[in-house]
This record gives sequence, C-alpha cells and structure tokens, in this order.
Amino acid sequence: MNNRKMNITPNTTWKETTPGGVILDAGNAEDFKTGDWRAMRPVWHEDKCKHCLLCWVVCPDNSILVEDGKIKGFDYDHCKGCGVCTKQCKFGALDFVPEE
Amino acid sequence: MAKRVSLSGNEAVAFGMKQINPDVVAAFPITPSTEVPQYFSQFVANGEVDTEFVAVESEHSAMSACIGAAAAGGRVMTATASAGLALMWEMLYVGASMRLPMVLAVTNRALSGPINIHNDHSDTMGARDSGWIQLYGESAQEAYDNLIQAIRIGEHKDVQLPVMVCYDGFITSHAVENLEMLDDEEVKKFVGVKREAPFALIGQDPVSMGPLDLPNHYFEHKRLQAEAMKNAKKVILEIAAEYEKLTGRKYGFFEEYKMEDAEAAIVVINSTAGTAKFVVDNLRAQGKKVGLIKIRVFRPFPAEELAEALKNVKAVAVMDKADSFSAAGGPLFAEVRSAMYGRADGKIVTNYIYGLGGRDVTTTQIEKVYADLFNAIETGKYEVYNYLGVRE
Ligand code: SF4
Ligand code: SF4
Repeated sequence: MNNRKMNITPNTTWKETTPGGVILDAGNAEDFKTGDWRAMRPVWHEDKCKHCLLCWVVCPDNSILVEDGKIKGFDYDHCKGCGVCTKQCKFGALDFVPEE
Repeated sequence: MAKRVSLSGNEAVAFGMKQINPDVVAAFPITPSTEVPQYFSQFVANGEVDTEFVAVESEHSAMSACIGAAAAGGRVMTATASAGLALMWEMLYVGASMRLPMVLAVTNRALSGPINIHNDHSDTMGARDSGWIQLYGESAQEAYDNLIQAIRIGEHKDVQLPVMVCYDGFITSHAVENLEMLDDEEVKKFVGVKREAPFALIGQDPVSMGPLDLPNHYFEHKRLQAEAMKNAKKVILEIAAEYEKLTGRKYGFFEEYKMEDAEAAIVVINSTAGTAKFVVDNLRAQGKKVGLIKIRVFRPFPAEELAEALKNVKAVAVMDKADSFSAAGGPLFAEVRSAMYGRADGKIVTNYIYGLGGRDVTTTQIEKVYADLFNAIETGKYEVYNYLGVRE
C-alpha cells in the first residue's frame, strides 16, 4: 500500500485520476476492502479446528490466514461472506452468522 | 519531394496507411470501404509494410482487436462504413474511454434501413458522441491529409483519443482524383516510426486497463476524457500548422469559402462542398454576396470559431446529410445553431436535410437554398426545417 505509484482514494479528483481508469499498480486489490459489503460472516472455533486447511483451499478470496500450516484467523477486510468455507468444514469449526 | 498521383479516395487512404506503416490493422470488409483493407492486405502480403493484419469475423471484432493492440501500445488503424460502424458501436465507446489513439477511416454510407449502400452521413453522425475525434474531408486529397494528421492528433500526449477520418462513400471513395502525396520518408518523419504510449499492457511498466468503474470514479474518468477532447482543439491546429509547412496545404477546424462579405452562407460537410463552391462562384459572378463554410472538425466542435465566422452573415442554411429524427432538425444544425446562440444572435438560421441514401445533390438545389436565404432576408418569412431534393 505504501509503495503504490498511484494512491487512488474516494477523494481523488478528475485532475488526479488516471486516464480511462488505468491501474498502474499490480496487486492493488489489497487496498480495496471488499469485506465491507459482507452480509454473512464465517466464525472460526479454534478448539474444534483440525487444521485440515480444506477451508483455505476453497476460499475464493484468499481470506483465510495460515501460518506454518495452521489456521491463524480470517482477513475480514477481504472475506466477502460467501460461506463456501463454512460448507467445506466437516468438523463444526466454522459457523456462518449474519453480520451485526 | 511530394508527387502528383491519380487515385480514388480509398486508394489514397490505403496508400497513406502504407506510408504510416502501423503495427496492427484489424478490419472487416463492407461497401464502400472494402477496398481499403483489400489494398492494405496486399501491401501486407507483398511485404511492403511491417503491419500485422488481423482478418476478423465482424466489425465488432475488428474494433475489439484494434483496442487490444492499442492497449498493448501499438499504432493501430482500421476502416469501415455504415452498418460496420454501427456494429463497432459498443467498442467505439470502449476505445475512446480507454484513451486509446487509433485511426479509423470511414467511408460515409447510409445506415439501414431500408438497406442502402450509398452515401450520407448517418453512420458517423450517429457515432458523434462516442468520444472519437471526427475529421471530415471533401476530396481524396483531404482524406489522405486528414489520415496522416490523425495519427499525430490522436497520439498527442494531451489528447490520447481515437480519430475517425470520414469521407463520402463512392463520391470520394471511388472517384479517381488528382492529388499530391508525400514521400514515404516525409510521412515517416511526420508521424514518427513508433507510437509512444504512456501506458500499455506490455513493456517495461505493464498496467491494467479497462477496469470496472463504479459511481465513485466513473464520473472523474469521463470528466478527464472530456478534457482530452478540449485539448484536441489546440493540438489539431498545431498539427495542421506543421502539416502546412510540409505540404503548403492549409487546414483548420473548417474552410471558409468567400465568407469575407457574405450575407447568405451555407454550412456543409464533405463532398457536397465541391458542388456548393461551384454555385457560390456562379452567384458571386452575378454579384450575390454568398459564402460557404465546410466543416472539417466535427468533434471536438469548433463552436466559438464557427460563431465568429458567421457573425457578419444575415442568414445561414445548415446542410445535414443525415436526419437525427429529433423532429427539430439535423445534427449539424443543432450544433451550429447552438454555437451561434449568445455569440452571433439575430441571424436567420435554417436547416436542410439533403442527399439521404445517396440522392444526388444538384447545383440547382444548392441555388434554391441560397435563393431561399435571400428571400428570408427580404421578407423575414421562412421555414426553419426543410427537406431538399425529396419528392413532395
Ligand atoms: S475446514 Fe474446518 S477444520 Fe479444516 S482447517 Fe478449516 S476450519 Fe479447520
Ligand atoms: S466466507 Fe467466503 S470469502 Fe469469507 S473466508 Fe469463507 S470462503 Fe473465504
């Protein structure tokens, strides 16, 4: 985020923006909080989790955080609440609840 | 050294494309534009150009392939007419809003229906709000000159927009005229060997293009696009001045013919200007103060300059070779009258829809338009909206 060639924000004016919306930076989806339109939220119960990582495999938005082969938590900035991971979990470690 | 040649409008454009030697030409044949890609594909087959020629399956694909090639940083050209331009419609807007300079030679032809292969301006007039710069030419010479200049105009750093080079189907595209062509080397020097693209999908700094653009940013991008069209006005004149130095041929936003003391004027686009100039000469010989303005640049529209040029006339007839079915006049009329409002008020401004579907436009008809204007000046009575040459 800090090394961007262009930092496009909701306040960027027409004089500052890029022609035709050209995107100069690769991987800038990181800057866009797709999680803020989530209606449902996956909730992880660490005690029931077997760390099989099948939820991580199916997540289309790479929003399940893994370290050293173990689930660490969820990236709620980008989790869109599709629920695919919660369907995948066979150990009851993932609930799917409405956003408050 | 420039050379004198005898070529049809389509040949002049195809030879111009050969001299420009673009990276990519993607085109689909359609009457009366077919010869342009036909001749050009021969140049490709003979190894006379370095161009990648993409034989596509439709005009939508032609424009899509051109957009892809331009997005990759290439210098891109194509040609079409009528329904072919209509099939490009969606992609015309995409190309312009992606700010991709491309040059499209359009041989103006009536749009269906009823189906008709002859000349009027309904095709490019329909595309007038697509975001493309539009240059119009009366003759093969002007089509050629506009084509060469179009490359520089579109690719200018302050513009970065695609350009249509329009000339009349059959009347200009197929009639053989004498014209002056530049040497290959002169063209190469004028347009430069390569396009310098500020952004491209490939190369040193690849970018992403054509993203989904929601309410938070779309408006800003359109505003920036509009600014490019404003910038184009200055650039068009700069390039024209440079071209004049090279060729001695002068171009501007429009041509003024015997306008100095004209009381009655007509505003017209493309080949009918030739017929009308003949009428102007005859009427001038009879002592009538008549003049003519021929629009070269329709997008961006030279509103202030045109109002200035018309500020001393008493009456002006705007000639539209396309009906916009607005029930309030043709497209050129709407622009010209709007340009005059507040700048050249108190004039009689009338509109004639003429020549639809290739209906011949005769000197007698043009004489009638001037006669109507003088009658309007004398009596103050006139019709605003008129159809010229239709059987009543
Ligand atoms: S699928 Fe269930 S058990 Fe497997 S890693 Fe994910 S949360 Fe843990
Ligand atoms: S709900 Fe969907 S987006 Fe969110 S973590 Fe699960 S699979 Fe990924």
